[in-house]
Amino acid sequence: MDSATISEPRPATSGGAEAPPRLRVESVTKQYPGCLANDDVSLSVEGGEILALLGENGAGKSTLVKVMYGLVAPDAGTIFIDGREVAITSPAEARAAGIGIVFQHFSLFESLTVAENISLGLDNAADRRDLGRRIREIGARYGMALDPGRHVADLSVGERQQVEIVRCLLQDPAILIFDEPTSVLTPQAIEGLFDTLRRLRAEGRAVVFISHKLEEIRALCDRATVLRGGRVVGTVEVAATSVNDLARMMIGRDMPAFGSDHAGKPAGEALAVRNLSLSPADPHGTALDDLTLVARGGEILGIAGIAGNGQEELLAVLSGERPVADPGAVLLNGRQVGRLGPGARRRLGLGFVPGERLGRGAVPPMSLSENGFLTAHWRLPLARRGIISPRRRAAFADRVIDEFRVATRSRATAAQALSGGNLQRFIVGREILAGPSALIVAYPTWGVDVAAVAAIHAALVALRDAGAAVVVMSEDLDELLALSDRMAVLCRGRLSAPMRVRDCTPERLGLLMSGATPLETADAA
Amino acid sequence: MPLRLVPRLAPSRLALYGAPLLAVAATVVFGYVLFLAIGRDPLTALHAYFIAPVNSRFGLSEWLLTALPLTLIGLGLAVGFRANVWNIGAEGQLLLGAIGGGAVALALWREGVPGTFLLVCIAGALAGMAWAAIPAFLRTRFNANEILTSLMLIYVADQLLGYLVHGALRNPQGFGFPESRLFSAEAIMPNLLSGTRLHVGWLLVPLAVLAMWFLMSRTVTGFRLQVSGEAAGAAAYAGFSQKRMVWLSFLLTGGLAGVVGAMEVAGPVGQLLPEISPGYGFAAIIVAFLGRLSPVGVLLAAHLLALILIGGENVQMLGVPVAVAQLFQGVLLVALLASDVLVRYRVVRLGRLGRGSA
Repeated sequence: MDSATISEPRPATSGGAEAPPRLRVESVTKQYPGCLANDDVSLSVEGGEILALLGENGAGKSTLVKVMYGLVAPDAGTIFIDGREVAITSPAEARAAGIGIVFQHFSLFESLTVAENISLGLDNAADRRDLGRRIREIGARYGMALDPGRHVADLSVGERQQVEIVRCLLQDPAILIFDEPTSVLTPQAIEGLFDTLRRLRAEGRAVVFISHKLEEIRALCDRATVLRGGRVVGTVEVAATSVNDLARMMIGRDMPAFGSDHAGKPAGEALAVRNLSLSPADPHGTALDDLTLVARGGEILGIAGIAGNGQEELLAVLSGERPVADPGAVLLNGRQVGRLGPGARRRLGLGFVPGERLGRGAVPPMSLSENGFLTAHWRLPLARRGIISPRRRAAFADRVIDEFRVATRSRATAAQALSGGNLQRFIVGREILAGPSALIVAYPTWGVDVAAVAAIHAALVALRDAGAAVVVMSEDLDELLALSDRMAVLCRGRLSAPMRVRDCTPERLGLLMSGATPLETADAA
Repeated sequence: MPLRLVPRLAPSRLALYGAPLLAVAATVVFGYVLFLAIGRDPLTALHAYFIAPVNSRFGLSEWLLTALPLTLIGLGLAVGFRANVWNIGAEGQLLLGAIGGGAVALALWREGVPGTFLLVCIAGALAGMAWAAIPAFLRTRFNANEILTSLMLIYVADQLLGYLVHGALRNPQGFGFPESRLFSAEAIMPNLLSGTRLHVGWLLVPLAVLAMWFLMSRTVTGFRLQVSGEAAGAAAYAGFSQKRMVWLSFLLTGGLAGVVGAMEVAGPVGQLLPEISPGYGFAAIIVAFLGRLSPVGVLLAAHLLALILIGGENVQMLGVPVAVAQLFQGVLLVALLASDVLVRYRVVRLGRLGRGSA
């Protein structure tokens, strides 16, 4: 624990001339019903190296990670550590074998302190001695300033991730796996994370960095193993490979064009929130604080911010799921709609693509026909006097499938059988074909394949050009910068004054997102 | 040979219809061994279960009469269960229907109003709805768990019925027995089939099955009920009020259970007694799930359950202990529910996992 380096790899048992790689995964195959998630996947990573595991959503990265960490038993395949075959059938065995993992989604108790959270994850009671001092030591050594006594509820997302990393490092793993670690961080926090990862590499640890963000991989990684459709496409030296080449390996063809021309022609006010303060519905929520938002027809307004800064509350207020007492606090095409529910607002021209697709944007076991009907029946004549017209319902679903190129066997397919990208195409298509004058879109491309991202972006731009207001909420700054005409930042329940996207830099947005710059709200602007 | 269950991509149609047959076959085999083991002639016993109840006109009519309350309540419950509204108290709503209907019948005892039985049924429905409104209100206003409140209200309803037949509604010329007067002829459900006890109330069975099918598959309301049950988040997102679904489910089931209660007292029984239902409200919960919460399924399940209820009585007359009769019923239900696993899963031998298992 106290030594700055970890033990050198043992000599290969096979008697080869070179030392075996720290971690080698050989021919892993995993079949899920209807989906071959990993097909003969092999990779290896050396000590003192950062290997990128690159692939689109659904390429099989998560399955491979779960296999390596003992969460999923593969149908075939072997794992070698320092040349020795190891059987990993549980996370405890993985940790004992020297594998540590930092998941994309944290498992922390908000009401406990940093030290308490870390203590809960330790396998041995003996490790709990002196925990606070060791947390500080590890934090200092890897550039993370963590106070063991603070409550997790008070930490930023970046700091929470640091808790997970420290928890992982306490086991002194020789191999660290980071599953999409940057997806929730501000630009500044990403820099901090990269600093930590480089220090880990310098100590001779093997790091697997999972991502689909090519620029990050270029900035950080030594080699990249690219997965596509459950198979390894190839492993390349990152320094010798262009971003375009990486993209082509990842998606199998040239990168489609994303984003927008930022040429929106703002017209009248379509959707507005005026000076709204609102206490959260649940105790861990965020209060909205004198929030003002104006989205005009013919523009895309991007709302940046780190999750947990009032996004859920703002979305609920905009969609009508949480009506507010003052009817004038929310305006839709000049009408006071604060007290109206989602159905009434949809009738008046509101559309909404929620962040959670299955279980919210779509009913998982229901057919696409029924899922099209779900929200479209408020605005389109798909039922008469409360009686559904199966013919019109089917025709609407077919139109969405057709115009938004949803890959599905038929409209009778259940929503849960679609891939993330296809379901998102369907949901976005459903909302757009209902003809909204204002559309709210939350996390439109989270977990969506590249081709669907391009299609969804194009559809949103087309809707804007048709004169509708589009409000896009996302944690992905690159996406917002590519798509928006204007951008505002949501931080601690307050919304900054919108900026023209040309005036936005990642640095400026990052400072606003972390709350380091006091917000100028829309009123002051 | 180790076997493993693998989830199917889509429910198998063969298994959907084949599984119940398999379950019945397994139960018959089990029953054969069971009756043999206790020294009874298995064929006679199985005959009493599956043949005797339906091989005569009277037997058939009794079968339909027993399936009637199970079907109607089962339909109401199935709608509620699909909306994730857990009304366990249909038995209590049935008792209130009996009280409400019985009170009207007794109030019009001497009036001789033609068609009193219709008023009795309406009063029963309203009383059942009123009783169901209590858990609905507690759930929507205070978020009280409707499973507990509706269940507890059964015991309240039972005590209320006992109090009334011992007191206000007791027959003044009944020598102090806890029972009401016999209803007037106008209040009794008209007979549908002479020589049997089957009454016109049975006509509600096909009507209700059709109505439920239409509600669930053709109306926006039925769609909203199902969305609420499948994904509460999606219902909130789409703007469907959860509270309305709770009210609708409770009032529907309460109304149907109330009618059933009124028809029980105005039908075969003809007066209010302290014991009215042999647990139809509870059995209907099994019926709803056995019928996979679909209208036709509920219809079939109700008739199956009615058959084994009657069969259970028959074999007791043959001298089979009541415990054995209940054991046999239990085995049939367990086999049916267990065979359900084949609809969603297929059995494979380990090591033979094919690729692309579609």
